[in-house]
Amino acid sequence: MGATQDILKKAEDVSTKRPILEIKDLHKSFGNNHVLNGFNLQLFEGENLVVMGKSGSGKSVMIKCLIGLMEADFGSIEIMNKDIATLNHNELDELRAEIGFLFQGSALYDSMTVRENLEFPLRRHRKTLGNITDTTKLVMEALESVSLVHAMDLMPAELSGGMKRRVALARTLILKPKIILYDEPTSGLDPITAKEIIELMRSIQKQYKTSSLIITHDVDCARVISNRMILLVDGINYAEGVFKELAASKDEKVKAFFK
Amino acid sequence: MSILKGITSRIETFFIEVGEMAYFTGHFFKEVFTRPFEFKELLRQCYNIGNRSLLLVGITGFIIGLVLTLQTRPTLEEFGAESWMPSMVSISIVREIGPVIIALIFAGRIASGIGAELGSMRVTEQIDAMEVSGTNPFKYLVVTRILAATLMLPILVIFGDAIALYGSFIIENYKGEVSFQLYFVKVFSAIGFGDIIPATIKTFFFGFAIGLVGCFKGYNCENGTVGVGKAANSAVVFASMLLFILDFIAVFITDIFFEI
Repeated sequence: MGATQDILKKAEDVSTKRPILEIKDLHKSFGNNHVLNGFNLQLFEGENLVVMGKSGSGKSVMIKCLIGLMEADFGSIEIMNKDIATLNHNELDELRAEIGFLFQGSALYDSMTVRENLEFPLRRHRKTLGNITDTTKLVMEALESVSLVHAMDLMPAELSGGMKRRVALARTLILKPKIILYDEPTSGLDPITAKEIIELMRSIQKQYKTSSLIITHDVDCARVISNRMILLVDGINYAEGVFKELAASKDEKVKAFFK
Repeated sequence: MSILKGITSRIETFFIEVGEMAYFTGHFFKEVFTRPFEFKELLRQCYNIGNRSLLLVGITGFIIGLVLTLQTRPTLEEFGAESWMPSMVSISIVREIGPVIIALIFAGRIASGIGAELGSMRVTEQIDAMEVSGTNPFKYLVVTRILAATLMLPILVIFGDAIALYGSFIIENYKGEVSFQLYFVKVFSAIGFGDIIPATIKTFFFGFAIGLVGCFKGYNCENGTVGVGKAANSAVVFASMLLFILDFIAVFITDIFFEI
């Protein structure tokens, strides 16, 4: 079976499953700036879905609406069959414990060591996860999966950009989430480090069997990691499909992404 | 026409900011009484805020005491009233100079520090990361810092006042050969509860205002690193201005109840 057929089959397989995450008709405006104008998305279990869009196209706004950091003006967001608009604060926190979020700039807490950064979500989600006695073991495990055990007692300021991203990824993994949201995982990194991060994302998906929603404008990242892609233009899903389909498109707006 | 427009827009911005700050204060009072309480973080902030200002407050207090005594002594000597020196210095330090100057020093150090710290956390998405981690960032970052500033400033002012009085004693001892015991007997006979209590109460309000302004400016920081600088700077300016307004109100109220 050729590589293209393989990818198409994977895409076909996921379309028959029930989505683990679904966005319907999402609208979000800031004053007169209409960022999202009816965006739709379905993420299936075990899938890597890439959403590509230009800077300022509303990718980060969409992902922040997903996790409840912003409120949508209109539309619905269902994660694991729960409509996030109907959840109270505690229910939203419980749901967040099952979702990992890798922030664009890593967002490590400057005043804490790497170990404390990783322990923080464990301590905070105690209500959801129950009392965790051996946090060190979980921290070690998460750091091992990103090959940074030696950096456990360092401060974020002592880490390089790539290391920070890996620690942030470990912090995301420590709660063993079912879904991981990546906001520009390779932005600000040199090509070699970016490649390492992409490889790490792939190995994490294999190891933890997560579903991933990846927001990016990095074509290489999308090519390597995506099972399926959505192009976000003018606040809507302008085009959808597997990487090869979209890369071969004759549409000018789609072609602009792959130049 | 454009000048008028500029003035109108500035007034509008000012009132919007006052409204936002009132909402922020309301949010603080709502969160401060609801569980879970962040005791550990509060203690950490008390230590950070208090400890970070201790040396500065000590040095400032000491210099205030020295300078005030050195500058007042010649005038009192002219009238043969040097023996009034401990009373005069202690009343002016305890009632007004100590609280206001130490609060201003505290504002410069703590309001700007909190503004810059929270501002940088905002622009680097650390506050969002905290929320995603199941933490209420307002409670964890803002409530603890405002409470710590409110609790620490009165302690620092008492410490600063004591150092200032000691500085004043050193000059008196050097110039007038006054003993430690005599100097402080005179100090404590001059100041009463009517001096200490209102002055201490107002420092709680000063601390609250400094913490509130620093947190407000930092927590609502926008526009990247430029915004962080602006937040730190405007936190100091706004907090210092607010201190003088609060001081005027405090003196006015004290005048009614304690008849200065």
